[in-house]
Amino acid sequence: MTSPVDALARWFDERLRLASPSSKYLRKAFPSHWTFLLGEIAMFSLVVLLFTGTFLALFYTPDSRTLIYDGPYAPLQGTEVSAAFDSTMRLSFEVRAGLVMRQIHHWAALVFVGAIVLHMLRVFFTGAFRKPRELNWVIGIVLLLLALGAGFTGYSLPDDLLSGTGLRIAYSVLLSIPLLGPLLGFITLGGEFPGTDVLGRLHLMHVLLIPAGLVAMLTAHLVILFRQRHTQKPGPGRTERNVVGEPLFPTQAMVSLSLFAFVIAVLSLLGGLFEINPVWLYGPYEPFAVFAPAQPDWYIGWLEGLLRLWPAWEFTLFGITIPEPFLPGVVIPGMLFTLIGAWPWIEQRYITKDDAEHHLLQRIRDVPQRAAVGATGVTFALVIFVAGSNDVLAADWGVSLNALTNVFRASAVFLPLLAGLATYRIADRLNSRPSSPTPESQAAPP
Amino acid sequence: MSTTDEGSRQREREDRATRGAAVAFLVAIGAAIGLFVVYLSGGQTQLEGVLLFAAFGGVGVGLGIWAKVLLREPELVEDRPPLHSSPEERAEFVKVYGGATGTPTPRRRFLVRLLVGAGTSLGLALLLPFRSLGPGPENELFTTSWSDGEHLVTTEGERIRATDIVTDQIVTVFPESATTPEQRADSQAVLIGLRADRMALPEGSPATVENLVAYSKICTHAGCPVGLYRAAVGELLCPCHQSTFDVNEGARVRSGPAGRPLPQLPLGTDDEGLLIALGDFEGPVGPAFWNMTDRPGGDA
Repeated sequence: MTSPVDALARWFDERLRLASPSSKYLRKAFPSHWTFLLGEIAMFSLVVLLFTGTFLALFYTPDSRTLIYDGPYAPLQGTEVSAAFDSTMRLSFEVRAGLVMRQIHHWAALVFVGAIVLHMLRVFFTGAFRKPRELNWVIGIVLLLLALGAGFTGYSLPDDLLSGTGLRIAYSVLLSIPLLGPLLGFITLGGEFPGTDVLGRLHLMHVLLIPAGLVAMLTAHLVILFRQRHTQKPGPGRTERNVVGEPLFPTQAMVSLSLFAFVIAVLSLLGGLFEINPVWLYGPYEPFAVFAPAQPDWYIGWLEGLLRLWPAWEFTLFGITIPEPFLPGVVIPGMLFTLIGAWPWIEQRYITKDDAEHHLLQRIRDVPQRAAVGATGVTFALVIFVAGSNDVLAADWGVSLNALTNVFRASAVFLPLLAGLATYRIADRLNSRPSSPTPESQAAPP
Repeated sequence: MSTTDEGSRQREREDRATRGAAVAFLVAIGAAIGLFVVYLSGGQTQLEGVLLFAAFGGVGVGLGIWAKVLLREPELVEDRPPLHSSPEERAEFVKVYGGATGTPTPRRRFLVRLLVGAGTSLGLALLLPFRSLGPGPENELFTTSWSDGEHLVTTEGERIRATDIVTDQIVTVFPESATTPEQRADSQAVLIGLRADRMALPEGSPATVENLVAYSKICTHAGCPVGLYRAAVGELLCPCHQSTFDVNEGARVRSGPAGRPLPQLPLGTDDEGLLIALGDFEGPVGPAFWNMTDRPGGDA
């Protein structure tokens, strides 16, 4: 007498011939190291986002037509608000389990982008992007951009004063693009700011187009990972020609499931206990109202800081006005992401001149130039991120905002260079110590 | 140390792990029951979060123990064949499908070029429907709802008497005829009672009424409302990116990323002493755009 599970397995096997490929793929070796779990944390956050987001979408109305708020939140009763804001209020105050879902969703978004960034740093500093993994590096950048897009379109939806201000700034950056800006701005909003169509469009992007892109790109990311197999840290018995690790099934699968449960657990705790994006305190969006301090979600903070620090350079080139936000809002971010995406080729061509396949990870110090560029980039990102709060810091520390802004401007130029130089020196010195033999990963495979 | 010793210690370890995992799963079950109770009795955000944490945390701990202690699978060592195909496989592929190495015939080159042309032109044509998403900017970015004789009104829609505004006071104003959000968004302005002894408006500034001036409230940097007025130093501060504008000197930029002054509104009074505009702002309001110095529509 076979068990029902065995019977079911046999039923499928008799139709799909599953046993032979399964035994091959399920026994894949999965090298384990805690930093390899960062990407999984991002993926599990995405799953949480898809589920909680579906729940939220059942209650949200992407409509900017106004009505009078008459819900249970007393301070806003009788206020004219958009239907979108009203539906967010109802979701938060009247739908049972609505607020916890909304807050888990928002926290999951913050963790999602954070895990992607940490995962990227891990891949960068250990050289995991080298041949043959350049493609997955680029797909990873696309995933990051989609995640940023998902975050921005998402937090704009409640039509509250904070997100409306963010939208106003984004529109101004769009407007700054030479030749195309005004047209792009108008067709994005469906007319002059604030427009009446933008919420519906943001909603469509947020619940359909961007998630579809994320899922498609993540699938490609995983298929390529599976095909190329995982990288591994150098160690006894580990070479460029083998993979050493836990079997995918059952051990690694169960570790991953356990991590999945932990990710949900932590996001639930955050969503339950820590208030986030309290739109009722911000109030509905009015184009003539604003409050200080106004700050975006953390992953937009670096852009906000760049806009704050960039000097007031507005000039005319061949009769065309180049608006001030064009460089810090469009050109610099575009250049940064292009540089990051092209890094595997830049490094291969100008630094390592190494065209071989690599599967063993490197230590940070192994390529001092890469470590230096990474340290420069991370320092720059941190400085402009902190500068995104310059008004709050100036008030807290009781210093002049202008003076502080100038300090940040100097820091954004010099600190990254210093960090890069220092990193290079340290890596170089560590490498030249006799006690530090070049690891196996440096040796070119036969 | 004998092998039986090791064996019994291993069993003990597994027993302990089993108990631990069992407790973790029991916690998860308890928390799930708690979720039922909380939801059915009306819901409570903090409790929901904590119970979800306990439920999923229990599952996570249980599975973690299971994977790490009970599933003691030996480490696998797999071969990693090179990722590229062998020369024979490549040769076989080229033989069957033809390679890019052979010289293309002129006929093929000709057709490929035309196909690329067709694809490009069709691709551009298929972008056209996106143009339907909104009207073009036309003159909208150059004009607001202000015009000669338009009364200034407060956010509540009340007209303003010139004598009602005291020194250092600031009021957000709109044109009386502006009713839609679009009209109010680009026409918003601040009316300020300046200290007469500090006024130093540049030559050729629009008309003022005594010590009253009105500037566009939209920051010329990224379009936030310039909402913070620091009367003591005579400056407007944008809360978004901290541009400051000197209200006594025609809203000239004092610091921050803004590229030009806030446009000023020409002010006057009607027969009853109520404030009116004498025309639109001098130039486009808000953030810059590429052709802002052109004035289409024969405005000159």
